[in-house]
Amino acid sequence: MSKVTSILLSGVGGQGAVLISKILTNGFVGAGYDVKQSENHGMSQRGGCVTTQVRFGDKVYGPLFGKGQADIMIALERMEAVRCADMLKPDAVVIVNDYRQDSSLTASGLAEYPEGCVEAMQENFNTVVLNAEEIATSLGNIRCANVVLLGAACAACKELNQSGIDWESVIAATVPPKHKELNIQAFRAGMAAAAQ
Amino acid sequence: MKHLMSGNEAIARGIYEAGIKVASAYPGTPSTEILENAVKYKDSVYCEWAPNEKVALEVAYGACIGGSRSICTMKLVGLNVAADPMFTAAYNGVRGAFVIVSADDPGHHSSQNEQDNRNYARHAKIPCIEPADSQECKDFVKAACEISEQFDTPVLFRTTTRVNHSMSLVEFGERVEIQAPPYVKDAQKFVCVPAFVEGKHNKVVQRMKDLAEYGATSPLNSVEMNGSAVGVVASGAAYQYAKEVFPEDTSFLKLGLTYPLPVALVKDFASKVDKLYVIEEGDGFLELEIKAAGIECVGKELTGEVGELNPQLVAERVLGTVFPTKTVPVKPVGRPPALCPGCPHRGFFYTVSGKKDYIISGDIGCYGLGSTAPLSAIDAVVCMGGSFTMGMGMAKSFMMEGYTDKKIFAILGDSTFFHNGITGATEIVYNKGNVIPVILDNSITAMTGHQENPSTGFTLQGDVANAVKIEKVMEALGYQNIIIVDPNDLKAMKKAVEDAAASEVPACIITRRPCVLLKRLNLKFGKCVVDVDKCISCKKCLKVGCPAVAIRDGKSWIDRNQCVGCTVCAQVCPVGAIEKEGE
Ligand SMILES: Cc1ncc(C[n+]2csc(CCOP(=O)(O)OP(=O)(O)O)c2C)c(N)n1
Repeated sequence: MSKVTSILLSGVGGQGAVLISKILTNGFVGAGYDVKQSENHGMSQRGGCVTTQVRFGDKVYGPLFGKGQADIMIALERMEAVRCADMLKPDAVVIVNDYRQDSSLTASGLAEYPEGCVEAMQENFNTVVLNAEEIATSLGNIRCANVVLLGAACAACKELNQSGIDWESVIAATVPPKHKELNIQAFRAGMAAAAQ
Repeated sequence: MKHLMSGNEAIARGIYEAGIKVASAYPGTPSTEILENAVKYKDSVYCEWAPNEKVALEVAYGACIGGSRSICTMKLVGLNVAADPMFTAAYNGVRGAFVIVSADDPGHHSSQNEQDNRNYARHAKIPCIEPADSQECKDFVKAACEISEQFDTPVLFRTTTRVNHSMSLVEFGERVEIQAPPYVKDAQKFVCVPAFVEGKHNKVVQRMKDLAEYGATSPLNSVEMNGSAVGVVASGAAYQYAKEVFPEDTSFLKLGLTYPLPVALVKDFASKVDKLYVIEEGDGFLELEIKAAGIECVGKELTGEVGELNPQLVAERVLGTVFPTKTVPVKPVGRPPALCPGCPHRGFFYTVSGKKDYIISGDIGCYGLGSTAPLSAIDAVVCMGGSFTMGMGMAKSFMMEGYTDKKIFAILGDSTFFHNGITGATEIVYNKGNVIPVILDNSITAMTGHQENPSTGFTLQGDVANAVKIEKVMEALGYQNIIIVDPNDLKAMKKAVEDAAASEVPACIITRRPCVLLKRLNLKFGKCVVDVDKCISCKKCLKVGCPAVAIRDGKSWIDRNQCVGCTVCAQVCPVGAIEKEGE
């Protein structure tokens, strides 16, 4: 079987994983790959975890993958990185947003938000850590944090940066024209952060 | 050019290309987006939200009697509601094509059970078609129409969440335009009276035999011979998983027309391999049929029948392949879903939560989340429209057992009221139930992502509709004390509950405030803020169960990004430490 690359996006409803997966799939489709994408819809609008899976290769069968199968993870929230750690291959590349979003349990004091999420990922995986919200805010709009993370992933993962895809033009073609400049800057800032 | 699209978008495209003219549905995950996308073709396909699935199925069936190709779509449990007309439509047969989409949900991502609706195909004696990706979702709609017309039968089009919601590449085709011939009455065919049953049933039995034979050569079923050691029979998403993980010399019989089982084809395939596996999601449906045909195979004892499969699970359970993983030493905390900040259902639940004398008979909708902590306000939930009637049964049980200490409130939403609640509301006044019906009217079908319903004033096609007034319906049924209240006004809400409970005449409550996510209202939100100097750390504000309210450094804290300024937490604060900004 030819090589299939499996990417996992994990975060909390409303964080913007949808745009990341849209840019990724647009890039892969444009480059002529077979692509499948799956997301867990469900009750995400109501504060739950959201995961999206994107797979590309010459021929992709499963729209879904299971534990120990992801090559790349982009975690939009640090506790969600830990939650999905068992989905990763041991040599996976992980991009972790060092950002905390409370769950209703931790917000109301019924449970403690866990310490050491980022460190646990760093100890076990090839991990890139950045604070995408901080970077996005410095660019003038916190909402482009998702594209900052995508930039970091494209810098850190050979499957993405050696795919022959010009990610900046894919972004330009995917986002609304008025957000184009901002998102390209966010992408570049993410790449730079990952290179440090 | 190929398009990356979800199975539901592809089915919608298939509806268009197949020349279907009438499409009716009741929303339900994972089927909802089919008609939300089909309505893009409303110049060619009439699309509507029906009040419930039985109505949707009957409308589509009527359209097929009228001569048009027609389709209805629903989630798995919706077919239970719609089953009655389906079984007899199976006897009567069709004029134009008639396709029933059942979107099953292995893994119960958003459903109250995991029922495998292929069993309905066997039970109703109609063919079942199962697509395995988005391209097939589109192409098989047309194939389903052709089978329906060729074999004079309704066709069950069974998908699963993963097929409905995952995206893969699709190549488009042209629409076939079909003009139905002028209507001709054919009572013999379409009137189901006992005198005609025997003849019709005989025809149905023969039809299923013909379809089993047709399955051997149908392009929906295909054989890929790669070796003689191992063969796999598979359908739907499970085919993709098996294809991914079995060795390259594995042979496949991929079934797209899964019922009736093409026995001759399976026998032939089985005879060419040493070992036969059946890989399917849900029940061991194909496995049972294959074994009943005397063919040896292995299936559910390895794959399991609970939950959703994926490539790793198929590899692990069937082939014993291990995918190494690493365990990280940090334990994540759960993120249970909660009512949104500003949700108008919160006020009602806060008012009744913790009251030992109240029983809350619940229903399916966003308000199902009233069952989660800290509100924990619901006693039972079973199905859409079940709250009024279950509450009635409890009331009659208490009457017979001699218990008089409980007051029963039965709750459901505006969409659920029209789905199935009206019959329950009728039951309560007709048979004099000691139950208070409560309609939590948020002016939209929220749970499934904001679909119009008979009370919203709009149709799926975007036309203005006559908005049915729930209070007028209740009045007509015989409710004499109809209390309409803003649930965000906690004092008024409490009074409404107490007045209804004390009412001597049939009473009901309608809580009325639109869903905060409703975009067309352009709602202007404010923010609530905490005065930490006034806050006495009593944590009463946490009792409303709002995701925007938390405790930070021992004091109440409101997340500005989430708060919409509904003031429910402020009304609960005993010292007035929470205020709405600018007021
Ligand atoms: C028979 C059946 N059909 C459809 C569904 C899917 N479903 C769950 S809740 C819901 C809508 C509820 O709307 P409403 O009663 O207005 O309550 P809201 O979510 O707006 O509070 C639907 C369609 C279901 N669970 N069962």
